[in-house]
Amino acid sequence: MTGLIIAPVLIPLTTAVFTTFTYRHPKFQSTLSFMGIVSLLIIALLLLIQVMDGNPLTLVFGAWAVPFGVQFRIDHTSALLVLVTALIGSASLLFLYSDTDSKPRHGLLLPLLHGLIAAICGAFCTGDLFNLYVWFEVLLICALGLFVLGERIDQYDAAFKYLILNLFGTLLLLIGVGTVYAMTGHLNFNALTQALTTMAPFHTVILLTILTLAFLIKCGAFPFFQWLPASYHTLPAPVLALFAGLLTKVGIYAVFRTMGGVFASATPILSEILGWIACATMVFGVLGAAYHWDMRRILAFHIISQVGYILLAIALGNEAGYTATLFYTVHHVFVKSNLFLIAAIIYRLTGGYDLRSIGGLYVSFPWVAILFLIPALSLVGIPPLSGFWAKLLILKQTIAMERNVWTITALFVSLLTMYSMVKIWMEAFWKPHPVAEWKPNTSRLTPAWIATGMLTLITLSISLNPEFVIAYAQQAVTTLRGY
Amino acid sequence: MIWIVSIVVWVTLTAGVYAILSRDILRTVIGMAILGSGVNLLLFVTGRLSSPLPPIVQTEELVLRDAANPLPQALVLTAIVISFALLCFALVLALRIIRDADTDDIQELRYAEPKQTDSMMPSYYEPETMQDRKASGHSSEGNKV
Repeated sequence: MTGLIIAPVLIPLTTAVFTTFTYRHPKFQSTLSFMGIVSLLIIALLLLIQVMDGNPLTLVFGAWAVPFGVQFRIDHTSALLVLVTALIGSASLLFLYSDTDSKPRHGLLLPLLHGLIAAICGAFCTGDLFNLYVWFEVLLICALGLFVLGERIDQYDAAFKYLILNLFGTLLLLIGVGTVYAMTGHLNFNALTQALTTMAPFHTVILLTILTLAFLIKCGAFPFFQWLPASYHTLPAPVLALFAGLLTKVGIYAVFRTMGGVFASATPILSEILGWIACATMVFGVLGAAYHWDMRRILAFHIISQVGYILLAIALGNEAGYTATLFYTVHHVFVKSNLFLIAAIIYRLTGGYDLRSIGGLYVSFPWVAILFLIPALSLVGIPPLSGFWAKLLILKQTIAMERNVWTITALFVSLLTMYSMVKIWMEAFWKPHPVAEWKPNTSRLTPAWIATGMLTLITLSISLNPEFVIAYAQQAVTTLRGY
Repeated sequence: MIWIVSIVVWVTLTAGVYAILSRDILRTVIGMAILGSGVNLLLFVTGRLSSPLPPIVQTEELVLRDAANPLPQALVLTAIVISFALLCFALVLALRIIRDADTDDIQELRYAEPKQTDSMMPSYYEPETMQDRKASGHSSEGNKV
């Protein structure tokens, strides 16, 4: 039982250590990494089954009493997100075996990837505020390492901008954690939830503002999202899919946990402000996507826009809103990572990422068209795909709360998202290739097909049976407030 | 006393933010270090400046009385270690950028941005210029825009 709770962090960390030792032996390293991610997948499934029928699993390190020791607390939300992490991690690592924009293969790529996965799982499982800061920092350093592995000047540029802006975010988080400790004397989520119910509303608003600002920088909200389009497109494709799917979601999980759980007794003014920030995020993200022609830059801006939707769901403030948050997060992680991997496949089959230099994919590879259309239309929100259910859950609430500006913004942003996806469709698939005799090299693409096929199947199963995930999310919201 | 410390924290954080906003790469990294120090000082005084005694239980006692709060000190130690590691990385990254880009001006670092050929239209990738030769420096494929 103890092993099960600590496993989501321990397994990727152990894999990172072992893959570091074997960094000169790529085949052995790949095998170890594969074993590591499969073990994480099994553990994540076991955790989900364990948590689904009962109470959250808790473990206090060092056997200290609860408010003093660092606590790991795996409830429904954490278990679901750990499973999602394991699935995206395995898809990304599987994609690394293929020959699709996976260069350069540095010896330290796999250790850093597993360190990243360990940090993400740690952030999802922790029940202590300072521990959350530590996992954010581990996330930051592993991400930076992954940026600079290629030794290209644009990757250094991207890493520097990512470093400065995200470091400012983590320092702000540290200020927030220090202030929370100064005012309440607690760092444990459960203890904080109790202590904050008795505090003056003015003080809780200050604490929540500092913390939420830091997490908004981390998740790429307006006006703090500049690090994302400045840096993401310089990464190799499988790493990019992992970053795109998961890194911003850790920030969102933190906002979700603080606003929905720990600080649930705070006044609704911050939900209101978060709603308007979410609207601005949605609009600016999709307008940025509409401008660009490089597929990775387009999809990077779409991350921002979809993060806006999830923040809007959090800003709704009631149980239905939190259910929508979890459902949208799960839907978005799979769709976004899948889209980045498919963009890499398109790059391999047409020879470029820039839409103006490629084309003709519908004629040469019609199945790739279907593979692209499923996550793309899901992103837009076309029924019966998962995006439709996710947006429906949010819009039902905004209409019920009579938030007309938010509803119209969300719908308008969906329209512009469709413009983006149709642009990619028309440029990459519909129009003929500018080079008349383009012959793509399709060797070593099988792992890529398997990885993207797996993610597409997951999206389809969420789309055709959303009730399962929605019911789970509803159950997760009841355990959000602690214990 | 704690008011003096909070004014010091305020001044340090301001100095750190001002240095981060500078145009020189190394000043930005130094700004990060100053900001980290300011935040560490803030974390430290969350334990209040009431007692200077170390948190050691006296010989015949069973309970810790009247000592400094050890938890914020532990938090500060963790934060110092983390920011030290990040500062080392940032310095090496800054030096590598200065070496590879031949500049220490952050405004000159446009390598990750699309090349600006026209003020209105999105730029097109032309592989013959110095910027793109540097951008595709070490690896032959990947990031072919």
